[in-house]
Amino acid sequence: MTGTATFLRTFLRRDRWMIFWFLVGTTVLYWSQAVSVDGLYTTQAEFDKAAATMRDNTAFIAMAGPPRALNTTGGQVTWQAAAFGAIVVGLMVMFLIGRHTRAEEESGREELLRAAVVARTAPMTAALLTAMIASAIVGAGVTGSLIAYGLPAAGSISLGVGLFLFGCALAAVALLAAQLTSSTRATYGLTGAVIGVAYGLRAIGDVSGGGLSWVSPIGWYQSMHAFSGERWWPAVFLVVMAGLSGVAAYAVFDRRDYGAGVLATRPGPDRAPASLRTSLGLAWRLQRPSIVGWTLGVFLGGIGYGSIGDDVNSVMGDSQYSHDIFGAAGPNLVDSFYAVAVLMLVLIASGFTVSSALRPRAEEDAGRVESLLATALPRRRWFLDHLAVTLTGTLLVMLAAGLGIGVGYALVTGDGGAVGRLTGATFAQLPGVLVLGGLARLLTGFVPRWAIAAWLAVAFCVVVLLFGEVLRFPQWVVNVSPFSHLASVPADTMAWGPFVAVAALAVAISTAGVIGFGRRDIR
Amino acid sequence: MDSVIDIQDLVKTFGTTRALDGLDLQVTPGEVHGFLGPNGAGKSTTIRVLLGLLHADSGAVRLFGGDPWKQAAELHRRLAYVPGDVNLWPNLTGGEVIDLLGRLRGGIDEARRADLVERFQLDTTKKGRAYSKGNRQKVALVAALCSDVELLVLDEPTSGLDPIMESVFQECVDVFRDGGGTVLLSSHILAEVERLCDRVSIVREGRVVESGTLAQLRHLTRTSIHAELASPATGLDGLPGIHGLVAEGTRVDFEVDTDSLSDVLAKLTSIGVLTLTSQPPTLEELFLRHYGDEVVAESADVQEAAR
Repeated sequence: MTGTATFLRTFLRRDRWMIFWFLVGTTVLYWSQAVSVDGLYTTQAEFDKAAATMRDNTAFIAMAGPPRALNTTGGQVTWQAAAFGAIVVGLMVMFLIGRHTRAEEESGREELLRAAVVARTAPMTAALLTAMIASAIVGAGVTGSLIAYGLPAAGSISLGVGLFLFGCALAAVALLAAQLTSSTRATYGLTGAVIGVAYGLRAIGDVSGGGLSWVSPIGWYQSMHAFSGERWWPAVFLVVMAGLSGVAAYAVFDRRDYGAGVLATRPGPDRAPASLRTSLGLAWRLQRPSIVGWTLGVFLGGIGYGSIGDDVNSVMGDSQYSHDIFGAAGPNLVDSFYAVAVLMLVLIASGFTVSSALRPRAEEDAGRVESLLATALPRRRWFLDHLAVTLTGTLLVMLAAGLGIGVGYALVTGDGGAVGRLTGATFAQLPGVLVLGGLARLLTGFVPRWAIAAWLAVAFCVVVLLFGEVLRFPQWVVNVSPFSHLASVPADTMAWGPFVAVAALAVAISTAGVIGFGRRDIR
Repeated sequence: MDSVIDIQDLVKTFGTTRALDGLDLQVTPGEVHGFLGPNGAGKSTTIRVLLGLLHADSGAVRLFGGDPWKQAAELHRRLAYVPGDVNLWPNLTGGEVIDLLGRLRGGIDEARRADLVERFQLDTTKKGRAYSKGNRQKVALVAALCSDVELLVLDEPTSGLDPIMESVFQECVDVFRDGGGTVLLSSHILAEVERLCDRVSIVREGRVVESGTLAQLRHLTRTSIHAELASPATGLDGLPGIHGLVAEGTRVDFEVDTDSLSDVLAKLTSIGVLTLTSQPPTLEELFLRHYGDEVVAESADVQEAAR
């Protein structure tokens, strides 16, 4: 075990910010559920009514988990946060393990370290311990914040301990994946698939009432029944999973060569397909996985929103916050709710647009542009090809968002016309999304070092949407968000004037960005 | 004949750093031109300006007689470039990258592609992320060499190749030159430059401090002489152009300025020469002369000891 302690110290030091942000994010995920639930419902009767509605909503159950004690704050926190908290912690340990094991080996750096006076297993043991410590920190953060908020200690501890054990189990799985595969990407793919399957199995199990939740680690976590009659024995499953995966990881490690995996890497094509003849083809090929992922993601998210159907009234309660964000209750509440839901989904979709608009910058940063621009490819053409892909992708993702929310609504209410209406409502927000993408392009063209700041604009728009009314932001602050100028369909009627004006702004700043990029030095 | 590359008084600054400080460079058609200098001397910056990736602050830069900034794409049809740091797309195979770059340049020679892949022993079905540095470089080399171009711009192209692949590379450059092509080869591997280049420019701190054929440059430096004479040497140390004279009985070791070589040889002959070895200056000595004069003496001593 020589060297393990040294590695562990180094890893923790390198990861301290990453762990800190996961701690903050996960803690806020749990804690904010408690805050928002208590803010949403002012009386227990209201709360009971909402809980009864949610309990019968299959889509909610599929998304979140088994409905238990939904008319209590603790029950709501568990229901709304546990599955997603587990996914977040799963991703955290996956990244921690991946970057200290397979990524180091892939880059060749580990060769240097292993040649030093250290035990062969020292780096992987240190990586495992790092992930376990990070899980413990996050679990403690969740428990601590919930107790501090005033929720019962037993339930808070159950949520934190379960999260810690889930983190350990997934860390061991990631460690095994890092031994089986021979690239970091494949390690992440395999571990991500385990998390995805775990989520899917419990979704089916929770909805059908069958036993499938019992073969999912997320299901085990939720079956600890935090805040609704805690039971501790399901934790044993998580411990056993961690132990078995860990032992398997060390066994495989012992039998494989340095740099190799167990699963064979598939060779790719020897020749480029015809579609890879142009820089447009290349841009499409590079961005395709992200377009597919985002399209699927917002479609499912849309179905989630849409499947609330017309139950908006009871779910949203009658609190001041509901009033502020959705306007007055009444016959228009459903429309108001969907106007906000559409905008929320559109803001999520704008994540695709911004990341895609930043892709040229990322390519430049990775040093992959030089070779391209040293061919007969004009640089503006290259930039415009990426722009075309961003635009196409944005349209696809927006369409998926609109269809998702429309189909979800139509399935629950039987109102087929909603598909067209809600898809139209989604596209009413398109110019705002294009402004955010244009901003990323403008920054790339003139101050490439700060291009990443385009994400701040997205965050700003989200904050204005969620808190602008509640915290009574000054009007000029609200007006900075392009979405504040667009008609909030279906609550408002479509207004073409602002639509065209905001779209024109998007075109103007995009054009400026393209011109700027044509004039500046390539890194 | 017009120069393929003609750079005059080129200046490029990054913030307060003056990366290029009045650099001049001429490359004539059909020559292999060595571009020598340590890291940070300005080689890659020069090449990037030449490719229209960076905008020159001042100075005149002509590539095939055109403006590399304004006519970049059209001029690039006539050249191929291998960057010093080859970065490939992680999920494209080497073969796909070769085809893509070739097509963007205006087409590839299929027979030559197959031949090069074979000679460089490149597995073209691997994904970009799976290649080692040397193999990434091979991908870029094959992509560059399989197009029909007039100029190759190579930025330290062999830093990751093993000696066998390096010799394959040298053969490829020979073939390209025999076909009438021009090469700008940036390097700090002196043996490679000595083996391949017709002319050499040495860069230091953003300027070319020495430029010419290897023969011309050798002229600027000293030849080492080891000789055994018929009788003890006298009067040698008085001759102009002699340095580091060590005389032990009838044996002498010294260095002589190339300009004084014939006077010194006449003197030796007059004493009577039994054996004589002369060592022409290596590029290494040329190079070191421009980089830290204090290193030169030391390194000469080391070389002596090694012999």
